[in-house]
Amino acid sequence: MKNSTVNDKIDKEVKDARRVTKNSHFFEIWNRMKRDKNCVISLTFIGLLFFVAIFANFLIDESLVTTQNVAERIQGPSSAHWFGTDLYGRDIFARVVYGSRISLSIGILTTIFATAIGSFLGAVAAYFGGKIDNIITRVSDIFIAIPEQLMAMVVVAAVGATPISVMVALGVVVIPNRCRLVRSTVLGIVDTEYVEAARACGMSDISIIIKEVMPNTLGPIIVVSTQGVASLILTVSSLSYLGVGIQPPTPEWGAIIFEAREFLRIAPYMCLLPGAVIALTALAFNLVGDGLRDALDPRLKD
Amino acid sequence: MSGELLSVKNLEVIYKSSGEMVQAVNGINFSLNKGETLGLVGETGAGKTTTALAVLRLLPERTGKILTGSISFDGKNLLELNDEEMRLKVRGKRIAMIFQDPMTALNPVMSVCDQIAEAIRYHSDKVDKNEIDKKVDHVLEMVGISPSRKHEYPHQFSGGMKQRVVIAIALSCEPDLLIADEPTTALDVTIQAQVLAMMGELRNRLGTAMVLITHDLGVVAQICDKVAVMYAGELIETGTLEDIFVEKEHHPYTMGLFGAIPNLGGESKRLHPIAGIMPDPTELPVGCNFQERCPHVMSICLDTNPEPYVNGTHSIACHLFTEKCNVGGDNYE
Amino acid sequence: MIKYIVKRSLALIPILIGVIFLIFTIMEFAPGDPVVKILGIEATSEAKEQLTIQLGLDKSFWERFASYLYNIVIKFDFGISWRTKNPVFEDILPRIPVSMALASLGIIFATIVGIPLGILSAVKQYSLSDNILRVVSTTMVAIPAFLLAMLLILLFSSKLGWLPSGGIESLKSYILPVLTSGGRYGCTVLRITRSTMLEEIRQDYVRTAKSKGVPNKIITYKHALKNALLPVITTIGQNFGAILGGSVIAENVFSIPGIGSLVVLSIRSKDTPTIIACVVLIALFFAIIMLIVDLLYAFIDPRIKAKYVKVS
Repeated sequence: MKNSTVNDKIDKEVKDARRVTKNSHFFEIWNRMKRDKNCVISLTFIGLLFFVAIFANFLIDESLVTTQNVAERIQGPSSAHWFGTDLYGRDIFARVVYGSRISLSIGILTTIFATAIGSFLGAVAAYFGGKIDNIITRVSDIFIAIPEQLMAMVVVAAVGATPISVMVALGVVVIPNRCRLVRSTVLGIVDTEYVEAARACGMSDISIIIKEVMPNTLGPIIVVSTQGVASLILTVSSLSYLGVGIQPPTPEWGAIIFEAREFLRIAPYMCLLPGAVIALTALAFNLVGDGLRDALDPRLKD
Repeated sequence: MSGELLSVKNLEVIYKSSGEMVQAVNGINFSLNKGETLGLVGETGAGKTTTALAVLRLLPERTGKILTGSISFDGKNLLELNDEEMRLKVRGKRIAMIFQDPMTALNPVMSVCDQIAEAIRYHSDKVDKNEIDKKVDHVLEMVGISPSRKHEYPHQFSGGMKQRVVIAIALSCEPDLLIADEPTTALDVTIQAQVLAMMGELRNRLGTAMVLITHDLGVVAQICDKVAVMYAGELIETGTLEDIFVEKEHHPYTMGLFGAIPNLGGESKRLHPIAGIMPDPTELPVGCNFQERCPHVMSICLDTNPEPYVNGTHSIACHLFTEKCNVGGDNYE
Repeated sequence: MIKYIVKRSLALIPILIGVIFLIFTIMEFAPGDPVVKILGIEATSEAKEQLTIQLGLDKSFWERFASYLYNIVIKFDFGISWRTKNPVFEDILPRIPVSMALASLGIIFATIVGIPLGILSAVKQYSLSDNILRVVSTTMVAIPAFLLAMLLILLFSSKLGWLPSGGIESLKSYILPVLTSGGRYGCTVLRITRSTMLEEIRQDYVRTAKSKGVPNKIITYKHALKNALLPVITTIGQNFGAILGGSVIAENVFSIPGIGSLVVLSIRSKDTPTIIACVVLIALFFAIIMLIVDLLYAFIDPRIKAKYVKVS
């Protein structure tokens, strides 16, 4: 009966199955993320990227970014120049490394500020409802009616192409997006039965917002924002590539490719190597976002 | 009408998912004759739904696994059939199932008529649209829904009506066995009575055998012939309706179930729920599963699983009756 | 049903007006004097004054906006391009069909490729094909559109010489641009289809269908897909902005004379009237697609359809 057969089977089946530690919520999520190999590799890559961006000064001589050396122009990757040299003889690898600062800072700072503002507006709209909700929603709708890249281009056209103005331009695009997301998430939660139950227990509104509403909105916000960083990095580089974003000689990744585009056929490495860095960075952030999403809501895995 | 229809022997089912293994069903035995109704009783999480899904082999593919046992239906061991054979010969045609929540059991973008016709089409050679239509009308009338509504969509029906549609779908091919998983739990009490009465009537008319899964002893008393009480994946007591409701000897858990029901006739100041909760299915205790909640627990309960004590049709798995156990009694009826 | 269509179409109008207002306001901050741009620095002050009055530039912001709006709606007059000195409408008009063709082909390609592959991926979760598709689609979405375009040009134009790398002389020249804008979008569609299908397969009504003995193929296509398509269609519409963005890049990389390349050109030369006109038209196109998607949704989902159509 039970003791004999099932125990044997338990040993057999559980040998490769690991027990999930019943720790706090946070550790559970972290554990689940750790099991996603892609997520772990991506986090390592991003960590590396951050390290390189922050300590670039110590790793690579900053002068390499701007030093022109006509004698060495348009040379393929070598041990001296890992990514080769560009049309002015500058070391492309050094430029990409320093360029990481721009992409990462724009991507992350914009995401943080725009998400904060957008989420706040969305929460306000959902919480107060009525006229305030109406106004906020209508205004968001107008912004969302314009495709993201286009909107960013217009703002840049109006206020110039410095990193700050690009951040503002992208922020203008991200804010209504988060506002809408938070608003619909909060509306979805406020109607649920566990909020009703909390109210029935006598929890105050503020308590409910902090203990019930926010933890459930944080999940989607974090996932969307992480993948949003990837999207922003792509948009920034696209803008620079079109010549309507950050201008050369600033070594922003897209700007580097902008300068290299006429050499696509003769010296493809000039475009493809920085391009690969952009793609890998975006991929890493996307995979981390995917990992977060699976860790927060594992239902779809089985 | 005798003749064994369904016989489940030593069934064990587990769920495995990201590091945890849930022992859902741990070696159960029961049987059902043609035309009989078996009431499968137990708390939420006892393993009743899992048992039902196992019979139709509808356990979730990646996580549910039948470890061992046999499910014999009309002489054939269902576990030997592959999925395609189950689909063609068994599901819907000879064994049908209805589920607990009528609100989500129907496809929201298909009309009621299409959903019933589907069941008929895949189990008969009738290709003629008119014939199928007539059958759909007939089946709708049987469950008390006007055939004029057949082109409407599920959201246009109330909860009770939806459940009738579900029953109509299940009975459209006149199966030999109907497994009903808490069919009235999600309905209002008055609708419950109606639907139950209708099910009983259909059962009598069509001669369908039924496994009725419920946690409501009142429902069991109304339409069941046999009862099986399930606890933490095991059948701790089985017997005829008389055995369970009239006889004096019972498993402590069954006694607890009866004690927890309010009595309309007599006076009871307090209900006596069973203290505690069911053990964690990922970590079942050694010995009897009921040990932590049992008012009669003894030291033997803590390390040995009780063998069933069999008295005719009545079987109780409890050490209280161990002395009365037949020597070598392997009577699993 | 007609009432619903009319109602939704009318709802577009305030949004479009809002868009025009928004862009107009943003471009107010742009530096540069239009008069100088059009006439050149050496123009006489009388000429400058005359043009200023003619363009209405001496009026207040609100008066200018009002007259701009009026001109657009009544006369289709978007002003004079500061770059070409032609009426903006003339510059834009021939480019509209080109861009629409590119965007439409992109969306068709993305749908035809994305949805079936998404279904396959969901139905065979964790199989080899699923894993390959997931890897490919995740990677594609991370590659910037211009990089993809460059890779396609390198491969098909440079190395293999099969396809032209620019212009729109032949049908062939549309292939690479459509692959660029539609390819990445197709991967997004694939992922959305996959995740909605995965959700639907786990719904109760699928279990009911299985217990009825319905074959798996029918369950996938007739039951799950029909329900999954609803959110997929909505998301396709909402993400249409991505195709428009991708088209802008494609038009630039492949030198296609559409609105996308005009926008970039105008921004580079700070030609405000053209910028505003392009953005407004693109937003209009986007809004119409969203409207079509909404109507499609209402048409397919009987729960919504029932609200607006009398049940016979």
